[in-house]
Amino acid sequence: MTVKIAVIQFAGSNCDLDTIHILNNVVDDIEADLVWHNLFKETKYDGVILPGGFAFGDYLRAGIIAAHSPAIDEARVMLDDGRPVIGICNGFQILTEAQFLPGALLRNDSLKFICKWVNLKVENNSTALSNKMNINDVLAIPIAHAEGRYYTDNLKELEENNQIVFRYSTEQGYLTKDANPNGSLENIAGICNLEQNCVGFMPHPERASEAILSPKKTIHGKLFFDSIVEFIKRRVS
Amino acid sequence: MDRQEFQVEITLMNKPAARDPVGETIQKDLLAKKGYDIVFNVRSGQFLQINLKAADENEAKKIVEKMCNDLRIFNPVTQNLTILKVSKS
Repeated sequence: MTVKIAVIQFAGSNCDLDTIHILNNVVDDIEADLVWHNLFKETKYDGVILPGGFAFGDYLRAGIIAAHSPAIDEARVMLDDGRPVIGICNGFQILTEAQFLPGALLRNDSLKFICKWVNLKVENNSTALSNKMNINDVLAIPIAHAEGRYYTDNLKELEENNQIVFRYSTEQGYLTKDANPNGSLENIAGICNLEQNCVGFMPHPERASEAILSPKKTIHGKLFFDSIVEFIKRRVS
Repeated sequence: MDRQEFQVEITLMNKPAARDPVGETIQKDLLAKKGYDIVFNVRSGQFLQINLKAADENEAKKIVEKMCNDLRIFNPVTQNLTILKVSKS
C-alpha cells in the first residue's frame, strides 16, 4: 500500500522541498505532494506535514499567522479523525499556536539561531512519528532554530499523559543541561496530543535521512518518516 | 451613530514565569557593564499601535481586547496583554 501525504507550503517555508525529496525518493510506500496552504484539501490525503522555515516571516510570533491559514482548518479535520498531523520546527511552532499541541516555543535562551547536530532521546514510541523507534533510543539529528525553547505551564499533565515524545540528551542518553541546546523546559524537544496522531518537534529529520548528509553517516531521520507510514498502515488495516 | 478614529496602544510581555533573555541581556551585558548597576531588572516585549474606528473609547478598547483574545495576538500560555493607552487619533 502507498500512503499519500501532503507537505504544506506557506510563504516563507524553506524545508518543504527537502521534505518532499526524502518522502518521494528515500522513504518507501509513500507519495508526497507539495501543496500551497490556501489550496490544501484534506480529503485527498492520509496525513499532513507542516515543514520547517519562517512562515510569514515569523511576524508577530513564529507560527501565529500560519496558524490562521485555511490549511490549518483542513488539518484540524485530520487531527480529529486520527490521521497524522506532523510539525517539524516551524511546523511545531504553528501547531502550538493553532492549539493542536499545548505550550509554546520561545526565543532560545542564548538568543542565538542555533544550527547543529544534537542527540535526541525517545521517550514515547507509540506516536505517529516514533513507532519505528525504541524507548531510550538516542538519535543523531540536526536542529536549526531561534525560537525552540519549549515552555508550558502544565508540565505535570504532559508527563502524566505520556505526551513528551523526545528530549535533548547526551550521546549516552543523559538529560543534562549541556545537552539542552535552547533552554527548553526539562529538555523537551517534541510532544504529542493525547491521541498521539499529532506530533511536533524542533529537529529536522529531512536533513538526517541520507548518509551523505550525516557527519557519522547515520540515517536516523528516516525513522521518523517510516513511523508516519507505519502509523497510517496500522490505522487503515 | 458616528464612528470616530481611535488609537489603542498595547504591549505583549512574557509572563514573569517565562524567562526573558532579551531583557536579561540588556540589563546584564549592557547596562551593568556600562556602570548602570542601579538597574537590576529589564523585561522586553512587543508594542503595537492600532488605529481603528469605534463609537467611543470604551468600545475601541473592547474591540481590541476581543480581537487580541480571539486571534491570539498574544499567546496566553506565555504572555500578558496590557492596554497602555486609548486616545482619539
